[in-house]
Amino acid sequence: MTPVGTAPAPDPAAVRRPVRVRILWLLAALLALALLMLASVALGSRNVGIADITAALAGTDATLEQAAVAKRIPRTLLAVVVGAALGLSGAVMQGVTRNPLADPGILGVNMGASLAVVTGIVFFGLAAPTSYIWVAIAGAAAAAAFVYTVGALGRGGATPLKLALAGAATSAAAASLVSAVALPRNDVAGGFRLWQVGGVGGASYDGIAHVLPFLAAGAAISLLSARSLNALALGDELAAGLGERVALARGGGALGAVTLCGAATAVTGPIGFVGLVVPHACRLLVGVDHRWLLPFSALLGASLLTAADVVGRVVARPEEVAVGIVTALIGAPFFIYIVRRQQVRSL
Amino acid sequence: MSAETVTRPAAADALARGRGRRAARRRVLLGVLALLIAAAFATTLMVGRTFYPPGEVMRVILGEQVPGASFTVGTLRLPRAVLAAAAGLCFGLGGVSFQTMLRNPLASPDIIGISSGASAAAAFAIVVLSLGDFEVSVFAIVAGLGVAMLIYLLAFKDGVAGTRLILIGIGIAAMLDSVTSYVLSRAAEWDLQEAMRWLTGSLNGTTWDEAVPVALALAVLGPLLLSRSRDLSMMQLGDDTAAALGVRVERTRIIVIVAAVGLIAFATAAAGPIAFVAFLSGPIAARIVGPGGSLLVPAALVGALLVLVADFCGQYAFGTRFPVGVVTGVLGAPYLVYLIVRTNRAGGSL
Repeated sequence: MTPVGTAPAPDPAAVRRPVRVRILWLLAALLALALLMLASVALGSRNVGIADITAALAGTDATLEQAAVAKRIPRTLLAVVVGAALGLSGAVMQGVTRNPLADPGILGVNMGASLAVVTGIVFFGLAAPTSYIWVAIAGAAAAAAFVYTVGALGRGGATPLKLALAGAATSAAAASLVSAVALPRNDVAGGFRLWQVGGVGGASYDGIAHVLPFLAAGAAISLLSARSLNALALGDELAAGLGERVALARGGGALGAVTLCGAATAVTGPIGFVGLVVPHACRLLVGVDHRWLLPFSALLGASLLTAADVVGRVVARPEEVAVGIVTALIGAPFFIYIVRRQQVRSL
Repeated sequence: MSAETVTRPAAADALARGRGRRAARRRVLLGVLALLIAAAFATTLMVGRTFYPPGEVMRVILGEQVPGASFTVGTLRLPRAVLAAAAGLCFGLGGVSFQTMLRNPLASPDIIGISSGASAAAAFAIVVLSLGDFEVSVFAIVAGLGVAMLIYLLAFKDGVAGTRLILIGIGIAAMLDSVTSYVLSRAAEWDLQEAMRWLTGSLNGTTWDEAVPVALALAVLGPLLLSRSRDLSMMQLGDDTAAALGVRVERTRIIVIVAAVGLIAFATAAAGPIAFVAFLSGPIAARIVGPGGSLLVPAALVGALLVLVADFCGQYAFGTRFPVGVVTGVLGAPYLVYLIVRTNRAGGSL
């Protein structure tokens, strides 16, 4: 019963997974995340021994190695919370727009948040850490509303192609404006270029503490909308027939998703493709029920971003590849794979 | 019977008159565009921090030594203006060739990732391999052709559908842009101006070494593309119709792809992927000259005018010197949104 335009009809076994299978995958995903977090603390541009790692985890940073490990801990935590936020946000966006290509990066939402933050810094002298986050969420919301309005115009409503194009155009527009605003100020531009690529390298406990309430609120709103998203997946008419208030359900889901990716962008800069890849993988594992899909997307998103960060630190030693670059290199081929799998008619 | 013999020539006459009028109008419009380009070119040479009157500029161009003006105009402004015009022509021509061939304004090289590929390769060749200008151009062309082929192959599945090609191109562009960012982040000393060249396109610090290869590529590949403009127009009717009309479709397609990618890659290797010029020139030219007739020449002229004017504005209109790509990006992105809105409203087959 998937609507026209999202995916070829899945076989019933893929839609309803037995609870036992789901719990098995849940345990596997938790284990993977734990291992990745451990790897993220242990691996990096400096080689450290087991003794140093345990010492640093216990809170000492007497030697250079222990200090290096101690710096990796907030970074790992940030990767986990931001990855979870992006994965969850992507799953909600795909549900709200009923569009397999929806992703905060592709739809231009991350870029909208960037533009808002830069504008705030340059023109309004923003400095307080929480004010960044508010502004980023506002920018993300504005971009999301704009892209959806433009993409939904005309025949067929918000088809994947129209949304992706509107997103790409909005992204490009915002990126140009960001450079135009940031370039004249060397102080802003210098720090800004690091942020622009999207990375978790500058993590601090303070930063995480500031963003955590926002992410928690966004996650709560998103998870609460799971049931409505299930109804929306049947199509607007059927959902309305089942007593679902369609506009309210859409708005609620969108609010949660936008809060998540706006707040995440405010601390790490725009990171693309996590929100695209993760929900697709999760659908294969636990099926299309959003009550399972959403938490699972958060879990896998955290794993993916942590893994991408570790890869970025290991492949180019002693330098680092920003995590935003790694996710783009993993995610873009996946995007192409999804596009190829779609029927052209439905695009 | 007699009525028919009278009306037929009259109708033919009206048709011929209409055709003649449209051709004349087209010639006038193209003339106006060329004049505007000449005016923008001259302004770029004369106006700046210091103003040089036309006489002095002419003397510099003719090779005389004029104190002050020889350096400012001859070494700084002239190569920059030449590269602006040449790159604009290249982007306009290459962009509209793709748009015409694929029958979709969104299928321009800067949206489907070909410019991104050339730019990533050029940045890689310069930053990592520290190659010279000529090798950089070669690198950019090989990468551009490679990306074009890759997109075509990936989009191929029971024939190539335009929408799939564009979406795949957007994905490829995102990937290649992140490669560019990575290459730039590895540069030993980060120079923001230099980085902007590969991210959005810039003409800052242009010398003859950069301007001349682009002009040469234009001189060779431009006429080659223009010689195919009739075939391209017929291919807009559909491949089968074009083949029935005597067009060798596959051969034309290969020539057009190679020539257009070559133009884009040469221009990108010198000036970076100047944002949206390839995409914008075609639709703007279509608005100016109206339906009928090939768009290749008008789009090329529009491209040159865009780059010249945007570079001039970027340099002097604001407090800071903006790279040309930022200006065209700020102008071009809203137009892209507008185009999507208009096409969606009309219920077109986007």
